[in-house]
Amino acid sequence: MKRSLVLLACVAALGMSACTKQHAPQIVQVAEADTGGSRRGDFGPPIGEPIRAVLTSPPHVPPPTNRTHPARVIVELEVTEVDMEIAEGVTYTFWTFGGTVPGSFIRVRQGDTVEFHLKNHPDSKMPHNIDLHGVTGPGGGAASTFTAPGHKSTFTFKALNQGLYVYHCATAPVGMHVANGMYGLILVEPPQGLPPVDREFYVMQGDFYTVGKYREKGHQPFDMQKAIDEHPTYVVFNGAETALTGPKALKAKTNETIRMYVGNGGPNLVSSFHVIGEIFDKVQYEGGTRFQENVQTTLIPAGGAAIVEFHTEVPGNYVLVDHSIFRAFNKGALAMLEVDGPEVPEIFTGKLQDEVYIGDKVASLASVATAVQASAQGNLTVAQQIEAGSALYKGTCSVCHQDDGAGLPNVFPPLAKSDYLMSNPQRAIEVVLNGLSGPVTVNGSTYNSVMPPMSQLNDDEIANILTYAMNNWGNKGPAITAEQVAKVRATTKRAEGAAH
Amino acid sequence: MRTDALRLMAASLLLIGSTTDAAGTRAIADAPLQITIPAGELASVLPPAPGVKTVRVAAFRLDHTPVTNEQFSRFVAEHPEWRRDRVAGVFADGSYLSHWRSATEIEPHQRNQPVVYVSWFAANAYCESRGARLPTWHEWEYVAAASATEQDGRNDDEWRQTILGWYSKSARHSLPEVGKTPVNYYGVRDLHGVIWEWVDDVNAMLVSSDNREQSSPDALRFCGPGALTMEEKENYATLMRIAMLSSMQANYTSKTMGFRCASDFGTHGRNKP
Repeated sequence: MKRSLVLLACVAALGMSACTKQHAPQIVQVAEADTGGSRRGDFGPPIGEPIRAVLTSPPHVPPPTNRTHPARVIVELEVTEVDMEIAEGVTYTFWTFGGTVPGSFIRVRQGDTVEFHLKNHPDSKMPHNIDLHGVTGPGGGAASTFTAPGHKSTFTFKALNQGLYVYHCATAPVGMHVANGMYGLILVEPPQGLPPVDREFYVMQGDFYTVGKYREKGHQPFDMQKAIDEHPTYVVFNGAETALTGPKALKAKTNETIRMYVGNGGPNLVSSFHVIGEIFDKVQYEGGTRFQENVQTTLIPAGGAAIVEFHTEVPGNYVLVDHSIFRAFNKGALAMLEVDGPEVPEIFTGKLQDEVYIGDKVASLASVATAVQASAQGNLTVAQQIEAGSALYKGTCSVCHQDDGAGLPNVFPPLAKSDYLMSNPQRAIEVVLNGLSGPVTVNGSTYNSVMPPMSQLNDDEIANILTYAMNNWGNKGPAITAEQVAKVRATTKRAEGAAH
Repeated sequence: MRTDALRLMAASLLLIGSTTDAAGTRAIADAPLQITIPAGELASVLPPAPGVKTVRVAAFRLDHTPVTNEQFSRFVAEHPEWRRDRVAGVFADGSYLSHWRSATEIEPHQRNQPVVYVSWFAANAYCESRGARLPTWHEWEYVAAASATEQDGRNDDEWRQTILGWYSKSARHSLPEVGKTPVNYYGVRDLHGVIWEWVDDVNAMLVSSDNREQSSPDALRFCGPGALTMEEKENYATLMRIAMLSSMQANYTSKTMGFRCASDFGTHGRNKP
């Protein structure tokens, strides 16, 4: 009791450096349940010939070391300053470890001696260095690796602690080097390795600060003031808004165990990491040894990481987001995991039925009733169709395509001024009736989402909705008739999962 | 202190190595014009001592543009010990003047581009050959603090952002010719947006290579007069220049590191014996 009081006093006095190592009571003991941390991380000198580490670009992860002894592992990492896309049509000068953001994934085993070579490309304008959070030693290697352009530095460290660690550049001004993408992950496997899984992915979030607005085209320089104010223009996974969407989406199959090594480079934001439609069976929060089970959203600090695992049961698209959600839909923090496999309706049915629920909007449906009547009498006008279509659109379509027809960036394509919609009315009818899944290109952007079939709507309703959509928000198109819809309905096979 | 030691070493080795023109002071024609910079005070990002806010900069003269490949090639012609195939490795690393066509010839398009891939030793020797010297950090910083209209433009966000714009472009692109950027308050050009520049006391201004070591600086690395603290941390542009200089040894060369010369006020570099 007395001892812990002394310790408390000591801790309190630490700020005044009154508590030196000699005076500190030795109360630290390794409990059996502990891994022992760095005190049990030294398994002796490296055995055998030095091994060259396999480095991978995101989203790939090097294979397990599959070793039972400590080795000398050579890591060669090259720093380059490169112009790459951060969003469609928007370039940015990234400073990279290995040519990618995040930098190359490094995988070693606890107890390994890592011989680290940091090379700074001759075309670099800046000096750079590296601070690996998995290093025990001053600066995490930063001072030891401070390297001018066209030079190379070497240092060695023993990976004493197992876990998933961020590395980053720590050259002045540190914030700017990190903001330009200079971070990545190093995994120090426990001596027994990690349990095998079916797939491993490398995902890392970062916030970016550009002079131009979100998606403003052209080459965008770094905006120092926005960075200091912590007002990012972009929040993205793997260095670009489109890094893990469309054709570059992560891919898996049903009945697989997925492990994601998720880091957050920052420089400023803390991530609320979430996968829409999945629950993490295990989260090794903060990249540590213990895990939490059955987690929906896990916090990943800037300069921190987490290992998340889940099992896939149901096919479909799963969206990785920073659930600080405006970042996902307005700053780019969206990534896609496509899970392929047979439907499992006993776990998840998909949409069984979609009916108009109008709440207290009954009055607004008067226009629909008018149109139905006029149609029956054969004197329906385009204006009536548009009015009825407007009311129906709000109840059925606007949730995804939005009231203004603009859709949601990267997720739901726009209808307003949409080349896809306007170029082919026949196809538009088919899409509404049968739904649409898989990639489509709308106004030059690729979307890869699922639209359920809307065949529960009758021919009049679909005709009115389409007439509204094709003659609104600046669109100028033909009126669609109920006969046209009926014809398509009769000639196309009913899609699976359609309600009627 | 270290700078003086380096200079002594350079001088003694040069005397051994040079066959002609041992004094190394023959005037070079067509050197950049020098502008007189009046004395003044500067709130430096590297204050000379804790608690001291400003540095007094005496009047001096500064080249109005960086030294070009053509100017440097004449120096090399007159001082062949500075040819890339003859220079000692302690004075210049393997990339020294590697962008030239040969040890003595430059590419035509390089004529008016600032000379880069030069070591501190080589830059120093060039300036000495003109009877001049490299500017000190505080001299350089004093003149570089000026915008087109203000003696100290560093609080002008727009001007600062323009400077930062240069850092947002990778070094893969070809260098511009000297003298194409607007003159600043003093009539000097190209201090920003073209190259990094060597300064005389580069070894005395070393910033820690891990700039987060604020609380327990390594005394050895902080022995210089300027490196005790870094003020104005938001002045990223200056911070980056210091970081770059800190990463360079005196024999290092880089694709974007050049220099210009300075002289004490009242002397004229070109005519000094």
